[in-house]
Amino acid sequence: MSGAAAIGIDAGSTTFKAVAIDGGGRVLARFLEPSDPRIGEQAVRALDALSTKTGKTALPVGATGYGRKRLGAAREITEITCHARGAFFGTGQPGVLVDIGGQDTKVIRLGERGEVLDFAMNDKCAAGTGRFLEVILERLRVPLEEVAAYMERAAGSVPVTSTCTVFAESEVVSLVARGEPVEGIVKGLHMALALRVSSLVGTVPAGVRFLMSGGVALNPGMVAALSQTLPGPLAVAPDPQFTGALGAALSVLA
Amino acid sequence: MIGRRVSYEFMSRVAVPLLSGAKGWRRRLLSRKGGRRTGPFGPPLECARKLKELTARHYLAGRYADGAVPVAWVTSGFPVEALRSLRFHTVYPENHGAICSVKRLVPELSEAVEREGYSRDLCGYARADLGSLAAGKTPVGRLPRPDLLCCCTNICQTVLYWYRALADRFRVPLVVVDTPFVYGDALPHHVAYVVDQLRELAEVAGRIAGRPVDSAGLVESMRLAREGTRLWDECLRTSLARPSPWTGFDSFFHLAPIVAMRGTGECNAYYRMLLDELKDRVARGVGGIENERVRLLWDNLPIWFHLRDLSTLLAREGFNVVCTTYASAWAEAGRRIDPADPEGSAARAYLHVFLNRDLPHRLSLMKRLCEEYGATGAILHSDRSCKPYSIGQIDLKDRLVEAGVRSLVLEADHADPRAWSAEQADNRLRAFMERFP
Repeated sequence: MSGAAAIGIDAGSTTFKAVAIDGGGRVLARFLEPSDPRIGEQAVRALDALSTKTGKTALPVGATGYGRKRLGAAREITEITCHARGAFFGTGQPGVLVDIGGQDTKVIRLGERGEVLDFAMNDKCAAGTGRFLEVILERLRVPLEEVAAYMERAAGSVPVTSTCTVFAESEVVSLVARGEPVEGIVKGLHMALALRVSSLVGTVPAGVRFLMSGGVALNPGMVAALSQTLPGPLAVAPDPQFTGALGAALSVLA
Repeated sequence: MIGRRVSYEFMSRVAVPLLSGAKGWRRRLLSRKGGRRTGPFGPPLECARKLKELTARHYLAGRYADGAVPVAWVTSGFPVEALRSLRFHTVYPENHGAICSVKRLVPELSEAVEREGYSRDLCGYARADLGSLAAGKTPVGRLPRPDLLCCCTNICQTVLYWYRALADRFRVPLVVVDTPFVYGDALPHHVAYVVDQLRELAEVAGRIAGRPVDSAGLVESMRLAREGTRLWDECLRTSLARPSPWTGFDSFFHLAPIVAMRGTGECNAYYRMLLDELKDRVARGVGGIENERVRLLWDNLPIWFHLRDLSTLLAREGFNVVCTTYASAWAEAGRRIDPADPEGSAARAYLHVFLNRDLPHRLSLMKRLCEEYGATGAILHSDRSCKPYSIGQIDLKDRLVEAGVRSLVLEADHADPRAWSAEQADNRLRAFMERFP
């Protein structure tokens, strides 16, 4: 494979993503692993894997995510800018981007040229983030890939009122103990998270389009829940888990 | 009493200036060897050293104040002019709290009162002050015991309960000046209500000082307070220049005299010196930061314990805070002081302080500052333990964004580093900066 021109790394709090792109921004190769605390070694692994796939070495690297500062990349850019850039590259449309990551949820307003007009994030608390879902699904022994099936089977949604990850966990334990169906709890959880995220959106003009990026966008249950709570139509960015890495790669494209 | 008075006067007028002079010499000798400060900042302000001396002198003299002169503990927005004319030594627990915060002592002090049942959500200054008493610790050596406690509710309602706790501890009189919240402009009955309380204050303070407030002395301290406010305002307005000769973060330190020494000749002499230096820097094109690219507004109190790192992060990218609602607050209200009408004008001035006014006023001040100072961005510090300053900031931010000012709400605390998440804050700040071309 030839034509690789840049590499983007998104060293997130939960997963480590990297992409190699060509001069036109097309993704040629991907790398994905759970985040390793030895981030330098993980970056070497990622670069090796990408160079094997693309046959190119010594490409310019753009880095984002919480681990970006430890990579020695040519450019370090925050996830907010990278997700905006990556998402706009895919759609070319203004709107509101919702990125639910491991520990951060970002709501980013994109302008006509893809510029960041404004952004809001969850406060210093993991409520409303991917980690919230992960912790509680683990407690319920529900594998991520089965979430959609659980939600489909649910007769109704069991309300989960706590938005704190820790308190919600104990709330869920007591709901299970009370005999509530797991399917309904799973649905209730997604609704609680969707409402929490939607509250970050604030007031938006009518007709605004929403776009979702980040690993949680791969969870169809979450997309369905957000579609109900957001005040406008929602689409999922292509390859949503790699949106940040794509934005990082685009930022170093000469 | 006479012995105490002699040592108080000696310490404040002779010993400290001598000591700090000697220290200054040593530093000058050392700095000749050491060379210039590096980094993203301009050369340091000469006045920073003077400010340290002034503060050190104030706190050192304070150690000898009780028993020598009447001592009052007062809130930052309190009408102190009557106390000045009676030669009270004033202690500002908020200023002391800021010093504790810069020295990162607040968690330790706060834990001392949290054990007594005070909530961590209360004002960081209140917790630092009450904690300092509970733990018997202060970075300033020793604070003199108060003979009088004075609080004014124009900055918040917390001060009322905080000072009641102090009154309970020290068993001394507490004077409360209650200022109704101002929507638009204060009404005549608000002014009359505050004037009544100022008269009561004069009576209580006179009784403690052992002599009545003399009107000539009061007029003089009013005149000094107004002049000090004007000088401070002029200092702030030097930031209209590009580059600004200092940073808004510098101004947070240099506002100590207008808060804690308002109405004294010493305060005004200091600001004349600072103003000269700032004007000189403007004339020579010397900036507070090396490469001023983007000019910002700051809203709310400083994040005292993190000021250096924060200002470095911004300055490295060419971002300079050139105006702040906090430092301006002390220049805005004081304009109403009029020595020809000591009571009425003091009532109006202290009613119209920034934190005692409605959101439309706050928004119009912020917009005006952005326009005047050419600030294209704003950082609104959402201060965990200062609710009155933080409420409404989400709406203020949205209105600023509509007005074309890129804005960020940054969560932190003015005093307590336990409310600070370094990585999250850093990420938000960097994302904010990336939005500027």
